[in-house]
Amino acid sequence: MSFSVLGTGMYVPAKVVTNHDLSQFLETSDEWIQQRVGVVTRHISTKETAADMAYHAAVAALENSNCNKEDIDLILAATISGERISPSISCEVQEKLGINCVAFDLNAACSAFIFLLETAAGFFARGYKKILVIGAERNSRIVDWKDRNTAVIFGDGAGALVLEAGENYLDSTMTVRGGSDVINIPNPTGNSPYYQGISETPYILMNGQETFKFAVNAISNDLKLLLERNQISMEQIRWIVPHQANKRIIDMASVKLKVSTEKFFLNIQKYGNTSCASIPIALDEMHRDGLLQRGDLILLTAFGGGLAHASCLLRW
Amino acid sequence: MVLEKVANIIAERIDCDAATILPTTKFEELGIDSLEVIELLMTMEEEFGTEIELEGTKLATVSDLVSIIEAKI
Repeated sequence: MSFSVLGTGMYVPAKVVTNHDLSQFLETSDEWIQQRVGVVTRHISTKETAADMAYHAAVAALENSNCNKEDIDLILAATISGERISPSISCEVQEKLGINCVAFDLNAACSAFIFLLETAAGFFARGYKKILVIGAERNSRIVDWKDRNTAVIFGDGAGALVLEAGENYLDSTMTVRGGSDVINIPNPTGNSPYYQGISETPYILMNGQETFKFAVNAISNDLKLLLERNQISMEQIRWIVPHQANKRIIDMASVKLKVSTEKFFLNIQKYGNTSCASIPIALDEMHRDGLLQRGDLILLTAFGGGLAHASCLLRW
Repeated sequence: MVLEKVANIIAERIDCDAATILPTTKFEELGIDSLEVIELLMTMEEEFGTEIELEGTKLATVSDLVSIIEAKI
């Protein structure tokens, strides 16, 4: 017992920031950003919190699924950029929706959406009937806007899926291993007069080269494993939907997998890296653009802070 | 041998004469950005059939890349 996808939804803030806009206050250029990361525009919140965006994506997904909000048994959400540590964004969405289901968040950084799907599969095995899963990020809150290396990469947004009990989550793989120095996002230290630890700046810290290598290997190893374990070939896969971290990662992974880049769905050019929201945002775009037919086999692949990586084989 | 292989792969990538690529040559001078250096490293991993951990090493020159590969093979 796992699930089928009933519908999708997404939300991005209205404000679009171009590479040219960033070059007005950062030592960067449209050419450099496009070449290095593959981003052309990103949506940046002027007032929406991660919870707000999660709520809007959820409403869109419920509508797309023709699902009554009262039928939702569980809201599973993830964010690394919530305005609040508590309540979780899933609790805020539950409150905004005015329903009474269970709701909680999990933290698996950019890999979180696959971890959410895996968790949902577990709940379906326990008899839950309809689950809302949401990835939402206000990355603009945790990025150092003075750091040209990271400020140009990230964007804000949220994506959601409504899942119902079914059999379409065919296989998955989740891996966690060291690397706390590769991607690190400190919380504010607080002002305890007793705490002797160091105070760290609360912004995304990322070793670009190590992250790149880790991510390319993660995608390549995960997808090879899933294909082999399920005895299917890449030709049978309709789409690979990667976490939209950096176009260069996806290009290099396609070289390693010996697969055309056309097999990978890409929308990083429009939205930037929206961390755990990137996969559900991609799925919503693909769904509404008619790129996904019922029965299509697709591979979702995510990687990031933890370090963690996770991928799954889904029948749409 | 490693230097020769690295020089040839770089030369092919950026369409130049391999003989102009010296150990002291900086990747920046060749217009090769820091992610492309890792792409080169990963190509060399396939070439030599080995995995090479970065462990915080800075790869600024051709000889940096050659050393990190030679240490592993």
